[in-house]
Amino acid sequence: MIKLANVAAAFGEKQVLQDINLEVAEGEIMVIIGPSGSGKSTILRLMIGLLKPTAGEIWINGREISRMAEDELNAIRRHMGMVFQYSALFDSMTVGDNVAFGLRQHTALNDAEIAKTVRRKLRMVGLTGQERTMPSELSGGMKKRVSLARAIAIDPEIVLYDEPTAGLDPIMSTTIDRLICSTRRLLGVTSVVVTHHMSSAFSIADRIAMISGGRIIEVGTVSEIKQSSNPLVQQFIHGWVNSGQIARRRSSKT
Amino acid sequence: MALVPFLETIGRLIIRYLESVGKVLLLLGASLAQLRRRPDMGQVLRQMAHLGADSLPIVLLTMLFTGMVMTMQISHEFIKYGAQSSVGGVVAIAMGRELAPVLAGIVAAGRVGAAITAEIGSMKVTEQIDALRVMATDPVAYLVVPRLIACVFMLPVLVVFADVIGTVGGYAVATAYAGIGSYTFTHSIKVFAVVNDVTGGLIKSMVFGAIIAIIGCYKGLTTAEGAEGVGRATTGSVVTSMILIFVSNYFLSYILYR
Repeated sequence: MIKLANVAAAFGEKQVLQDINLEVAEGEIMVIIGPSGSGKSTILRLMIGLLKPTAGEIWINGREISRMAEDELNAIRRHMGMVFQYSALFDSMTVGDNVAFGLRQHTALNDAEIAKTVRRKLRMVGLTGQERTMPSELSGGMKKRVSLARAIAIDPEIVLYDEPTAGLDPIMSTTIDRLICSTRRLLGVTSVVVTHHMSSAFSIADRIAMISGGRIIEVGTVSEIKQSSNPLVQQFIHGWVNSGQIARRRSSKT
Repeated sequence: MALVPFLETIGRLIIRYLESVGKVLLLLGASLAQLRRRPDMGQVLRQMAHLGADSLPIVLLTMLFTGMVMTMQISHEFIKYGAQSSVGGVVAIAMGRELAPVLAGIVAAGRVGAAITAEIGSMKVTEQIDALRVMATDPVAYLVVPRLIACVFMLPVLVVFADVIGTVGGYAVATAYAGIGSYTFTHSIKVFAVVNDVTGGLIKSMVFGAIIAIIGCYKGLTTAEGAEGVGRATTGSVVTSMILIFVSNYFLSYILYR
C-alpha cells in the first residue's frame, strides 16, 4: 500500500508538487496522468525515495519513508521495482546480467537458480533466449520489456512505471499495457503508472489520478474520469488545445 | 557601486568552490565508511585490469622517452663539469622520487580519470545511477569503492614499471649517445639511490591514485544533463586531478624528502 499525505516537492526555488494526497490500494493499478512537466515523474521518484519531499509524509507498506536514511530505504526498495522512462538498462552488461542484477546483489541464490529466474522473467515479457544480447542491440520496446523483467526479478510488491509506452509504436504500446496487467495478475503487485497516453491509461487503470500544475485535480475510476466535469480533465483526455473547446462543441450540438 | 557586485561574485565563487571541496571529502568519507563491508572483489579486479593494466603501455612509452630525454640533457652538462659518474644516480633518483609518480599520475588522470568520469557520467544522465539506487544498491559501494581501491593499488604498480623503464631509457642514452660507461651508470645508481627514493614515490602514487578515483567519481556522479554535461565533467575531472596531483606532490615531497 502506498499513501502520500500533504506531500510537496521543490527543485531549488521551483515548487513542483504541492499538497499531494493519494492512496494506492494493494494490488491496484493507479495511473497518473497529466501534461508534461506537471510533476508526474516526480511523484514516482518520491515514492521510491530517489527524491525527498519538502513537506508531507510518504507511507510505503505502513512505513514512513521520507525521513529514512539510505540504508533503511534500501530495505524498503527490495520490495519495489521501477521501470524507467528510457529503460536505464546497465549498458555495460548483457540483458541476462541486467535482469540478474538485483538477485545477485540481494539474494543468496546460486548461479543456476539465478539463471532459471532470469529465464522465467524474460519469458514473461516475451524475450525468451535474449540473455546474451547487449542492451545496445535492442529496440526501444524490447529495452522497456527488459527493464520490466529487471524490475520484477526480485518479486516486488510494488512496481512503478515511468512513461512505459512513451516513444513506442501503437502495437508495442499495447503489448506493454498487457504486460503491466499480466504482471499484476500473475504477481499481484501494486502498480503506479505515469503516462500521458490516454488510450493506455483507460485500458489498464483501476483508478486514474490527474495532476496539473503540481496538484492532483481529480482522482477516480476510468468512467468517473471520462465523465468528469472538470474542464481541465476533459481538455486533457480529449487532447483539446484549449479548455473552451468543450463548451463550443456542446453548444454546436444543441 | 560596482564594487559590491564584484565582491558578491567573488564570494559566490569561493562558496561554490568550498562547497565542492566539502562534497568531495564527503564522498571520500562515504567510500571509506563502505570499506567496513567486504568490497565486491570481482568488480575490484575488473577495475584493476581496466584502469591499471590497460594503462601500462602508455605509461611505459611516456617514461621511456622521459628517461631518455632527461639523460640526453643532463649527461651533456654533467660531462662538461666532469660529473659523468653521477648521471645514473641522478636519473634514478629523479625517476623514483618525482618523474615516475607524477608523470604516471598525469597519464592516469588523463586516461583513467577521464574514463571513470565519462562512464559514471553517462550512467548518471541515462538514469542508470537512479536504477542502481532503486535496486537497493548504493552507488558509492558499487561504483566508487572498487575504482578507489583499483587506483590506489594499481598506480604504485605502474610506477614500479615506470621507474624501471625510465632508468633503462636513461641507461640506453647514457651508454649509446653520451659515451658514459655501462658500469659507471649502474654503479652511480648504487652509490646515490636509496630505497626511500622508490618507496616515497610509491606512497605518492597511492595518494595520486586516490585523487584520480575520487575526483573522477565525484565529477561523474555530479554530471549535468546531456552529452555536453558528460564532456564538461570529463574535462573538469582531468584538469582538477592534474592540478591536485601537482599541488599535493609538492607537499608530499616536503614531508617525505625534507
